Amino acid sequence: MLMVVAVIFTFTFGLKLGIDFKGGALLELDFSRGRPEADSIQNNLRSLGVTQALVQPTGETGYLIKTRDLTEEEHQKILSLWSSGSSPSGDGKYEAVEKSFTSIGPSVGSELARKAILSIVFVIVAIILFITFAFRKVSKPVASWKYGIITIITLLHDIVIPTGIFALLSHYTGAEVDTLFVLALLTILGLSVHDKIVVFDRIRENLKAGEKENFMDTIGRSTSQTIVRSINITLTIIFVLVPLYLFGPETTKNFSLILTIGLFFGVYSSLFFASPLLVWIEEWQNRG
Amino acid sequence: MALIILILGSGVAFFVYKTEPKLNKNFETQKAFFKKFPFRLGLDLSGGSHLIYKADVGAVESSEVGSSMDALRDVIERRVNLFGVSEPVVQVQRGGFISGGEEQLIVDLPGVTDVKQAIDMIGKTPFLEFKIEAPKDVPQTATIDKDGKVNLDIGSQFIATELTGRYLQKATLEFDQNTREPKVSLQFNDVGTKLFAQITKTNVGKMVAIYLDGAPVSTPVVREEIPNGQAVISGSFTPTEAKLLVGRLNSGALPVPITLLSTQTIGATLGESAVKAGVKAAILGFLLVAIFLILWYRLPGLIAVLALSFYTAILLAIFKLLPVTLTAAGIGGFIISLGMAVDANVLIFERMKEEIRKGSNIHDGIHAGFKRAWTSVRDSNTSSIITSIILFWLGTPLIKGFALTFGLGVLVSMFSAITVSRIFLFALGIDKTNKFTKFLFSSGITRT
Repeated sequence: MLMVVAVIFTFTFGLKLGIDFKGGALLELDFSRGRPEADSIQNNLRSLGVTQALVQPTGETGYLIKTRDLTEEEHQKILSLWSSGSSPSGDGKYEAVEKSFTSIGPSVGSELARKAILSIVFVIVAIILFITFAFRKVSKPVASWKYGIITIITLLHDIVIPTGIFALLSHYTGAEVDTLFVLALLTILGLSVHDKIVVFDRIRENLKAGEKENFMDTIGRSTSQTIVRSINITLTIIFVLVPLYLFGPETTKNFSLILTIGLFFGVYSSLFFASPLLVWIEEWQNRG
Repeated sequence: MALIILILGSGVAFFVYKTEPKLNKNFETQKAFFKKFPFRLGLDLSGGSHLIYKADVGAVESSEVGSSMDALRDVIERRVNLFGVSEPVVQVQRGGFISGGEEQLIVDLPGVTDVKQAIDMIGKTPFLEFKIEAPKDVPQTATIDKDGKVNLDIGSQFIATELTGRYLQKATLEFDQNTREPKVSLQFNDVGTKLFAQITKTNVGKMVAIYLDGAPVSTPVVREEIPNGQAVISGSFTPTEAKLLVGRLNSGALPVPITLLSTQTIGATLGESAVKAGVKAAILGFLLVAIFLILWYRLPGLIAVLALSFYTAILLAIFKLLPVTLTAAGIGGFIISLGMAVDANVLIFERMKEEIRKGSNIHDGIHAGFKRAWTSVRDSNTSSIITSIILFWLGTPLIKGFALTFGLGVLVSMFSAITVSRIFLFALGIDKTNKFTKFLFSSGITRT
């Protein structure tokens, strides 16, 4: 249900690709002695042939300027607009210090996007293989590779929901999908698998103990045995993420936010999603 | 045993403290040994420039692409070193399946926040080529401009040879005996000497053009075969131009042409505030976790906090010793691994509690807790390590930094949870089971 909502969010609001992935330039300027209007910056940029620039104020005295990817000459021309003793075409009144500048060519962008997708695929495949291997001794009543598949289905859930929330967020704040966002998703994958393995491990142990009870009860018991641990560990990780969000470097803010959301749903899915799926698969097997 | 660990751990912490200038007021006066191990900060934290170049290897045979990329890296490294940048990093990124097929060169220049200066210092390296006359039957492109002058396109007159700046051993500045004009004398290496001998032998009586950055500078006529690998460029140089050229040629002509794809610069102040923010977040996160552990798990929680401090000290020491380049994402990875490090402890403690509740005495409970929790600690951490290896292998520099600190963190945390916590818990030597010890080992905020 939540997944459907998240998918709808993702498609209605769409995800804006950051310059990491589609190429472009990002310039952060600091006007310590008063800053000009955003419109005047845009006009100045247009006079240099840089159209469609996005100018956002940042902090008290700064501007973030997003444009298409710039050559070094264009970059220098832009800087000279607000350098001391600037050219007559520029805003002589204002002086800017460049805090950071990034320009990424489209080919590098598509390369990064390719790598990001590849790493998600590789991580997922490796996880299925590992779970199949780790649970090879518990092939009854459900084959070990099915644990892997279930993990992946629930992982999909864990990824789709933060992505949906991010789409909603980016609709209002202009946040963009960048390398760190992909990194956050990958970390959620890792942590969520961590969680599922702990639950499955308990199931494995209880199955091995061979007590006379049906599969469903074993799973129910295993889940309730690990619930405290799952909640506690998520709490501790959220404890470290909250300061990272509130006080951490600007660059990792969205990262920690997405991660917190993902963790929350990760626990939720290992407790209320992975285990019922296992039972369901077993029942389905018996029927067929 | 516990005592030894305690001493070792404090030693590691002391090392981290001693080698960190910001924590230590007497840093400047210490022995050189301690100064050798600062944290190595990534560009996003220390400020600097990050440049990505595309290398055009179209003209190089596929079997030699690797070696020419290595040569390219060496040359750029030498050029960058000439300008006194501290700890520059020049890396080749081979174009394989994963990166989408482009040969790239990545240049990191810490402390250089002026991109223009950085690009100049890298890009102004001359690309030297030797070309021979095209066979006569190749049509030459000629244009007639409006004044009626015939212009021969000199580019089509010559065809490229294998001889390029790659095979140059040394360039020296000389002055012509008669005309006093400056000239640049070239000495090729073994391969270059053979190539040059071959070229001069087959082209006696014809012109050989010397190209610099794609433009001909000198087109001498070959009189005889030159077997000793020496050539002279006598263009119309001023002495200063000639001297500059020699310097550049000696620091290495580029074996393959490059074009700039991406640039990134981060101002030093921005980096500094990111470091401060990261450290603040890490300390707060640690404190929150510590408070939670002690409130919830009481005595074992206290020991977990101790193990966590060990973990932090060991990990920071590893960062210094390897050294690991720390980036904002890397610090993020470290902070998350703090949370993960607790995980193993929590798993074990929950298990211990369960065993004690089932009726075993505390000593057996601790034993069983460690033993039973081990499989899940092992499997869950293995999956995290697999993830971080894949990320490190595939990732862009930013992701690599995260994967490295995260992966190391998981490894060290496994160690600290199963050895340090264990040794301390047993060292306490609690064998008696009474109300007080039960209280210490149970959990929750309320008295149970």
